[in-house]
Amino acid sequence: MEDAARLLQLVVNGAAAGCIYGLIALGFVLIYKATEMINFAQGDIMMLGGFFAFALIAHFGLNYWVGALIAILLTAAFGFALDAVVLRRVIGQPQFAVVMLTLGLGFIFRAAAGITWGYDSVGFETPFTNRTINLHGLILGQDNVSIIVGTVLLCGVLYLFFSRTRLGVAMQASSQNQLAAYYMGIPVRTVFSLIWAISAGVAAVAGILLSPVSMIDVNMGFLGIKAFAAAVLGGFGSIPGALVGGVVIGIVEQLAGYFLPAGFQEVTSNVALLATLILRPQGLFAEIAGKRV
Amino acid sequence: MRYLFKTDYRQDTTLWRHSGDLFWYGLLSIVLLVIPFVLSEFYVGELGGVFVFAVAGVGMMLLAGYTGLISLGNAAFLGIGAYTDAILLTHGVPLLIALPVAGLFTGLFGIAIGLPTLRMSGLYLAIATLAFGSIVGTVFQKWDAVTGGFDGFPVPAPDIFGVPIQNATGIYYLSLAVLVIVLWFSANLLRTPLGRAMVAIRDSEISAQSIGINLARYKTFAFALSAFITGLAGALFAHYVRFLAPDAFDVLLSVQFVTIVFVGGLGSLHGVILGALFVRLLPQFIAIIRDDLPWGIGRMPGLEPSLYGLVLVIVILFEPGGIYGRWIKMKRWFQAYPLKRRTSFRRQKSYARSERLR
Repeated sequence: MEDAARLLQLVVNGAAAGCIYGLIALGFVLIYKATEMINFAQGDIMMLGGFFAFALIAHFGLNYWVGALIAILLTAAFGFALDAVVLRRVIGQPQFAVVMLTLGLGFIFRAAAGITWGYDSVGFETPFTNRTINLHGLILGQDNVSIIVGTVLLCGVLYLFFSRTRLGVAMQASSQNQLAAYYMGIPVRTVFSLIWAISAGVAAVAGILLSPVSMIDVNMGFLGIKAFAAAVLGGFGSIPGALVGGVVIGIVEQLAGYFLPAGFQEVTSNVALLATLILRPQGLFAEIAGKRV
Repeated sequence: MRYLFKTDYRQDTTLWRHSGDLFWYGLLSIVLLVIPFVLSEFYVGELGGVFVFAVAGVGMMLLAGYTGLISLGNAAFLGIGAYTDAILLTHGVPLLIALPVAGLFTGLFGIAIGLPTLRMSGLYLAIATLAFGSIVGTVFQKWDAVTGGFDGFPVPAPDIFGVPIQNATGIYYLSLAVLVIVLWFSANLLRTPLGRAMVAIRDSEISAQSIGINLARYKTFAFALSAFITGLAGALFAHYVRFLAPDAFDVLLSVQFVTIVFVGGLGSLHGVILGALFVRLLPQFIAIIRDDLPWGIGRMPGLEPSLYGLVLVIVILFEPGGIYGRWIKMKRWFQAYPLKRRTSFRRQKSYARSERLR
C-alpha cells in the first residue's frame, strides 16, 4: 500500500511536470504546423509570462486571477509583435537561420528579464501554494493538481476554438495550405501572427501554472529543451501528441529519478528524444507523412 | 579592378587566384609568426584562444556552411576531444600521437551521431544534436571515475620532441600550426568531388541525390569530419585552459560555434577566422570598455550571452552573408566605383519553402 501510494504520487507529480512540458510543446507544434519554424525561444517566452504575472501580482498587488489573465494577454501580444516585427522577415531563409534567430532571441529575453527582475528566483502567492488534497490517504499538492486541471481546461478551450470558431478554422486552413488560404480570402500573415500570439499565451499559462511548484527564475526557459522531447515523441505535428508526449516524458522522468541511480533523471528526456528519433522518427501520433519528391 | 585572364588549365586548380593573394597571405603568415615577439603574453594567449576556436569553427563550417547540416552539439565533440587528449597524456602518450587520436576518437562519435540522424531534416537534426550535447555534458559531470567530475581534470603540459609547450607562446604556435593544416586541408577538400558533393547536398538534397550523390554516405562523412576537426580543437582547448571543468562544454559553447559560422559568414573559410576573432575578442572588448559604459550596463551579469544573441539576430536579419559577405560587398563597391548599382547585391525575393507533403 505504501509503495502503491508512493508510486501514484510520483505519477501525479510526473504528470504535472509533463503537462508543463506538454504546454510548451503545444506552442512548438502550433508554430511548426503553421509556419514550419521551430521557436527555440518558447521556453524563454514561458519565463517572460511567469515574470509578467509576478510583476502584476506581487508588485502591483493585483488579484491572482486578474493578474494571471493580464499576464497571459500581455505575453500573447508580445508573441504577436515578435512574429510581425522579427520572424516574418526570415520566411524563406534556410531553416537553421530561424533556429539560430530564435536561439538568439532567447538569449536576449533572458538578459532582458535578468535586468528587469534580477537573477534571483522569485515567486508569488497563488491560491494553490502549499495546500494539499487528501484522497483516501493519497496526499497530493494542490499546485500539481492545479497544473493538470489547468492544462485540461486550456486544451478544451483550444479545441473548441480551433474547431468551432471562424478564426480557428481559418488558422487550421492556413496551416494546411497557405496558398489556398490566401485564395479563400484569409489574411494569412495576420493569422500566423495570431498563432504566435496563441502559442505565447499558452507558454504564459504554463509559466503561471508552474510558479507555485518551482520558483520563477531567468533560466526556467531551459525546460524548453525537455519540451522538445515531448513534441518529438508526439510527432511534432500533432497537438494531442504534444500533450501526451509531455505527460509520458514527465512520468518517465519521475520514475527514472526514483528507480535509477542519480544522474539518470537529467538525461531521461534527451535519451527518450534520441530514441524516438532513431526508432520512430514520425512520433507516436504521426500526422506528417514522408516527404514525397 | 583586377581582371583574371586564364592562360593555363592549372590556374583553375591553384589555391591562389593571383599573385596578390600570395602576397597578402605571405604577409599575414609573417605577421602571425612574429606576433609572439612583439605583443605581450596576454594578447598572445588570447590569440591562441582565437586559433583554437577557429579550428572548431572550421569543423562547424564544413558541417553547417558547406553541407547545410546544423549541429547544436559540437561542444560535446570539443569535450570528448579534450578529455581524450588529457587522459592519453596522463598515461604518457606523446602529444603528437594523442592529438590525432583525440580527433579520430571524436570522429567515431561523429559517425555514431551522424548515422541515426541522417533521416532527419534540418530542424530535427538541430534538436537531436542538442539532446546529444546535453547527454554528453551530463556524462562528463557524473562519470567522475574518468572525468574527475566537478573536481575537474588537470591537463599535463605536453612536449614535442622534448620541447615543452606550456606558456601562451607554445600554445599559440601549436594551435596556429593545427589551424593552418586544417584550413589547408579544408580548402583542398572543397575543390575535390567530395567537397563539391557536400555543397550540392547543401544547395538541394533532391537534386544532389538525382545526380548520384549518396546522401547517407556524404552526410555521415561530413559529420565524422566535423567531429574529427572539433576533436582536434578540443585537444588544443584542453592545453589552452589546462584544467577541464565538465560544465564548460554546455549548450552555450555550441551556440558560440554556430555564432562563429553565422557571424563570420556561412560558406566561407575566411568567415571562420573573422567569426572566431569576433566571438573570442568580444568578451575582452567588453572587459576593456566595461567601466566606461553608461547606466552600469557593463556590470550587468549575463551581458555576453545576450550580446551574442543580439549580434546573431542582427546578422541573420540584415546581413546573412556575415562579416565576410559585408567585406566582399565593400570590396566590390571600391572596385566598381562609381558604378555601384543598388541591385548589385539585392537579395532574391524568397518564399516559404515547405518540407512537408502537400
